[in-house]
Amino acid sequence: MLSFEPYGNPTYFALLGVALLPLMIGLLYGKRSRLYETLISIFFLVLTFGGPKWTQGVALIIYILYEVALTWGYAVYRRHKNSGPFFYVMVILAILPLTIVKVTPAVENGQSSLIGFLGVSYLTFRAVQTMMETRDGTLKDYNIMTFLQFMLFFPTISSGPIDRYRRFEADYRSVPDREKYLGMVQKGIRYIFVGFLYKFILAYYFGTMLMPKLQLMAMNSRGGFLDLSWPVIGYMYCYSADLFFDFAGYSLFAVGTSYIMGIETPMNFNQPWRSPNIKDFWNRWHITLSFWFRDFIYMRLVFWFMKHKVFKKPTTTANVTYIINMLVMGFWHGVTWYYITYGLFHGVALVVNDTWLRYKKKHRASVPHNRFTQWFAIFLTANMVCFSFLIFSGLLDKLWFQ
Amino acid sequence: MDIKATVLAILSDLTGNDVSGAMDDNLFDSGLMDSMGSVQLLLQLQSELGVNVPVSEFERSEWDTPNKIVAKVESLA
Repeated sequence: MLSFEPYGNPTYFALLGVALLPLMIGLLYGKRSRLYETLISIFFLVLTFGGPKWTQGVALIIYILYEVALTWGYAVYRRHKNSGPFFYVMVILAILPLTIVKVTPAVENGQSSLIGFLGVSYLTFRAVQTMMETRDGTLKDYNIMTFLQFMLFFPTISSGPIDRYRRFEADYRSVPDREKYLGMVQKGIRYIFVGFLYKFILAYYFGTMLMPKLQLMAMNSRGGFLDLSWPVIGYMYCYSADLFFDFAGYSLFAVGTSYIMGIETPMNFNQPWRSPNIKDFWNRWHITLSFWFRDFIYMRLVFWFMKHKVFKKPTTTANVTYIINMLVMGFWHGVTWYYITYGLFHGVALVVNDTWLRYKKKHRASVPHNRFTQWFAIFLTANMVCFSFLIFSGLLDKLWFQ
Repeated sequence: MDIKATVLAILSDLTGNDVSGAMDDNLFDSGLMDSMGSVQLLLQLQSELGVNVPVSEFERSEWDTPNKIVAKVESLA
């Protein structure tokens, strides 16, 4: 039986083109066929999770039933009552499968959990967000069918971008007018072609051609200070380029496909390498993830800390929450020392960045600001980020412990 | 005190700037506001005007200029 990585090879794109054609004609004539959309969703989900990966498919089905039961149950409950502890228990239950998937390799010598499947994190983000907005009362008309479409929307199921229930629903319940839709198709096709360049040319060059060589050289040059060497520096930049082009390329496929289906899935990257500081970097890199963390972890924790007056100074609140926020992000990537260090690094970087921005605001007259400082800021930020990706890559783990 | 004056007082307190002269400037782009500032704003609105805004109601693009914030608060008050 056929089985694919999403957007993995030309056959997948050929099938995608054929499957989307009737849908495009429908949208051009102002019609959205739910039945057809559901059928092609199921078709592509079977391609991704069927055949040799059927165990993942079973895990996905059980997981979806579980999250539907939780979010639906909570939505029904919330119409009558609003208890804090009950809400926390429901959120913990919603995160439980993801937690098990993430912790299992760390305690079982790298063995992956049976309940895991490609995309479990991204689905959890969507479910938890639905629950939190239900709690806030911003999401009042939870609908099981819409929730299923939102969770199982095949273009973004495996690695995002992470859409929001209410935003998705608004698109899904309407049909763009012809002029707008033609604009979306044009954009969608352009995104997919830029994605080809990123993923199949640039990421292939950096990730498949160059990176293994640099890794071998780095491993063979061990023995110096902390086993560091020039190839390690080369690997750092090469890995960063691969990570960016691979993920930005994938995201462009997902967003492009969504646009062609008449859904404006939010963009995931916005020229991250021109960020003048780390804070701005997180507004441009893996945007839907960092905004998810901002809205559902950072802002909520800050709100809670300030309401209960846990810390005296607002800056302390902000700093503590930065560290917690990025540590959670680190743990989410996986329970290994290098992912957690990566999270801590970015937490500390945000604290330092904020302190500097405050200092700059206070001493506006004495801090120079010109084209040179701007270029320097961009250069410094890009290099800090690449260094954090070196930690993230796990190469240091191989250099030091293998 | 009317809503506009109260909101502007809260904003000038939070940002350390008098924003009344730039009612359509984007507070996030200029770096005067961030997530932390947003939460402080929501808490101040709650304590000073009794306006309750849950965090998930805070869609950044609807709250990014002094004018938009005033309009938002007036619609909620």
